Amino acid sequence: MIATASVLDVRNLSVDYMTSRGAVRAVDSVSLEVAKGEFLGIVGESGCGKSTLLFAIARLLSPPAEIASGSVLFKGRDMVTLGETELRHIRWHDYSVVMQSAMNALNPVMTIGAQLKDAIEAHDNMPAQRVRARSEEVMRLVGIDPLHLKSYPHQLSGGMRQRAMIAMALVFTPELVIMDEPTSALDVVAQRSLMLQIKELQRRIGFAAVFVTHDMSLVSHFSDRLAVMYAGQVVEIGATRMMFEDPKHPYTKGLMQSFPSISGPKQRLVGIAGSPPDLLRPPSGCRFHPRCPSVMTRCLTEEPPLYVRPDALVKCHLYSDDA
Amino acid sequence: MAVRIITDQAPVETPMVSSQSGVVGTLARALVSNRKALAGIVVVGIFAVVSIFAGVIAPYDPNAIQFEPILGPSRAHLLGTTGNGQDIFSQLVWGTRQSLFLALVAGLMATVIAVVVGVSAAYLGGLWDHVLNLFTDVFLVIPTLPLMIVVAAYAKGGGILVLIAVIVITGWSYGARQLRSQALSLRNREFLEAARARGERSFYIIVFEILPNMTSLIVAIFLGAALYAVLAAAGLQFIGLGDSNDLSWGTMLHWAQNNGALLAGSPLWVLAPGFCIAALGAAFALLNYAFDEIGNPALRPVRRTRT
Amino acid sequence: MTPEKPLLLETSGLTKHFRLGGIFSKRILHAVDDVVLTVGEQEIVALVGESGSGKSTIARLIAGVYKPTGGEIFFRGRPLSQMRNRSEVLEYRGRVPMVFQDPYGSLSPMYRVSHGVLRALKLHRPTLDKAARVQVAAELFESVGLAPGAEFLGKYPYELSGGQRQRVGFAQALACNPELILADEPVSMLDVSVRIGILNLMATLRRELRVSFLYITHDIASARYVADRLVVMYAGKIAESGPVEDVLAHPKHPYTQLLLSAVPDPRAPVSLPATSSVAEPPRVVDPGEGCRFRQRCPYAIEECALVTPRLRTLRPEHKAACHVAVSEMEAAIPAGERAATSR
Repeated sequence: MIATASVLDVRNLSVDYMTSRGAVRAVDSVSLEVAKGEFLGIVGESGCGKSTLLFAIARLLSPPAEIASGSVLFKGRDMVTLGETELRHIRWHDYSVVMQSAMNALNPVMTIGAQLKDAIEAHDNMPAQRVRARSEEVMRLVGIDPLHLKSYPHQLSGGMRQRAMIAMALVFTPELVIMDEPTSALDVVAQRSLMLQIKELQRRIGFAAVFVTHDMSLVSHFSDRLAVMYAGQVVEIGATRMMFEDPKHPYTKGLMQSFPSISGPKQRLVGIAGSPPDLLRPPSGCRFHPRCPSVMTRCLTEEPPLYVRPDALVKCHLYSDDA
Repeated sequence: MAVRIITDQAPVETPMVSSQSGVVGTLARALVSNRKALAGIVVVGIFAVVSIFAGVIAPYDPNAIQFEPILGPSRAHLLGTTGNGQDIFSQLVWGTRQSLFLALVAGLMATVIAVVVGVSAAYLGGLWDHVLNLFTDVFLVIPTLPLMIVVAAYAKGGGILVLIAVIVITGWSYGARQLRSQALSLRNREFLEAARARGERSFYIIVFEILPNMTSLIVAIFLGAALYAVLAAAGLQFIGLGDSNDLSWGTMLHWAQNNGALLAGSPLWVLAPGFCIAALGAAFALLNYAFDEIGNPALRPVRRTRT
Repeated sequence: MTPEKPLLLETSGLTKHFRLGGIFSKRILHAVDDVVLTVGEQEIVALVGESGSGKSTIARLIAGVYKPTGGEIFFRGRPLSQMRNRSEVLEYRGRVPMVFQDPYGSLSPMYRVSHGVLRALKLHRPTLDKAARVQVAAELFESVGLAPGAEFLGKYPYELSGGQRQRVGFAQALACNPELILADEPVSMLDVSVRIGILNLMATLRRELRVSFLYITHDIASARYVADRLVVMYAGKIAESGPVEDVLAHPKHPYTQLLLSAVPDPRAPVSLPATSSVAEPPRVVDPGEGCRFRQRCPYAIEECALVTPRLRTLRPEHKAACHVAVSEMEAAIPAGERAATSR
């Protein structure tokens, strides 16, 4: 995990939600890096903090959520310390965000073209002709006929809407595109087609991608590296293939055990017993210990650090240096 | 159909029921912790107490025309006397009864009609929905003030029933719209489908499954209707509708106006009932906002609690 | 048809149309057209399709929430349309209950989680008194994995996780000794690690209580995990049906083939197929004759636009509605069915 020209370098980032019952740490000291042109998948179930992490990286958090500590180095500058004006310069130019549901993120009463125009004009002073040309260019890039610039979101299919969102995100050819489950509202065929499209775009334009999803199998063929999150922490991070062939953390193993396969022999799966912890009062020591089939005594009291192994970082005592 | 995983966005999910004592417990706790609600409850409470214990609180018989007219405030007469020689304070205290009564009763009746019409329109759907909507829209559009004046002219007074009728007729339709909207959004919630699927009758579903889930909104609408009733009653009584010999804040204003109180030098005759009307109205409004906030957490003021 | 297992449910020519727009509109949405579906005893049938395929509509037709526009549903040989009086309908509802998709919406937030079960017991088992109902409810909760039952009865929905709420949904369905449970995407909204638990629960209930399931889903992998037979729907019609392993190993309908190629399978070797289908399933408004998949089908021939394909048996117990699919049946092909050529 040597940082060769890393575009994004998150260090010990923590995010708190202020609730009436106290501060809830939704993201706990997360560190990860994304190299230039790399596709990083962040995987986890509900409540693990992955969306919160994404929003924190993109500086899109609003109260009661706030960044408690840590830094987000994007091209060398710490985003956490940047003010709104400075952020506006890099937002959309250098990094952009694709939201989960296009239907929610797109304005239903404006045409796609108008929204693209808005996005462009909010971040740049392009002459109107250039705006038009760029809009058409970027629509073609994602495989939508530019005549749909005149269409309203509801006139497009779900898959096309998501592509329109991606088009909007790519309008300034950013170096980093952050995506929050952009395929979860789509059917399986449209999902596959969109993933292929994203991968193709990445190949052509060369942006780094951070892709948050709950569906591990979806990213298995597309991501270079994978980070697995549980209860606000990253519990394993490494090359995707290695993670699938040799999952290390018991939670990762459990997750793998939760995906029935359509090929190969039919086997009985067990999933993972129990449910994610209440982040207001997380378990002591390792947060996964109440559900872990390989739990040891030290796991109850000692929170494991991210141990470094040859092909992955694992937050589990099973992989401690003296194990 | 978007098949998505419900991600617990933040641990600040505010469920309908969040305490072991059920709906009432949740509501009570929410009310007490909300500043607006507290203020509203206190004010309404004060007026309620005053109206119940009017006999004890008021120093004199409100209708007794035994004092010197147009006296200023003094220890004997806290707010002075009217142009007819009555004690303003006593009138105010006794008048609270009818004013509060009108507010609550008219508000309640308007709300009941709104609930029946709104929820039926949503649940029955189809042609019934169209018909009831038309009905609601017609009443929504009727201009209240001219209606009131016309009725006042024809009724030549009338009693408290006329008052209540006018308020209810003009006040129910606004709530009906909102209730219909919410009922529509609830209608396709799966627990209602589940109720239908297990064989419940329509009546049961409406009364025991749909309505309880609309409690917040129904109460908010009741408060809005009560607020409207306070102001409308005062206005109607001011122009002479209803029995002017009744005792309420509105009638006080009516007599004060007739006797040119402001000009004659007894401004408190106008200001005192006016202030009470405003206070009660504001209390209902505050409670209304509070219930909106309770029902919809997005409206709550974000208070940063620093650790 | 002489099945080995007695049939619980059989539909013939089941059709449901919705009118789009206002009362005076002429546009008809063909949600379900001419569907023949069967479920036997102690059998789990998976109904797979994407959104708009009509699978949820079928569930609601069978549950009696919608009335069919055409065709008939037979339960143990009795047609549903002949069930008029309330007690018959109630009994049917008890025998064929439904479990819903949204764990956060399927329980009323105002009441304790025992509410639905107790009401179901009150409606369907009127002989029980209050104490007996509570007792039975606790037992039902335990049978779906919510133990101790008595403790769970007193909880409010907000206190339970998504998986637990779905189990409550199953408990409600079990309240009336059901024979066939209609499970409409019961795990789609649950976390991945929780889904297996619910799927295993379904298999357990089938094995121990001899309950059949109509498992409606868009996820073929979970269908394979739990079902005996697979029925694939497309645009309101059945595209293919047969034993689950056979359909997956020998998909006959081009749509099934497309679906299977699109399912992400981490255990499959890494490959990025070139095919990328841009089109989406159609919303079936006033379709004409012809196969509804033809616009997306790589094998479409002229006939596909002219004649609506009917379900033909292409392998033992395995049918598909496609003009182009090849039949592998040794038995003589009856006159009327066409032997098609494939590309």
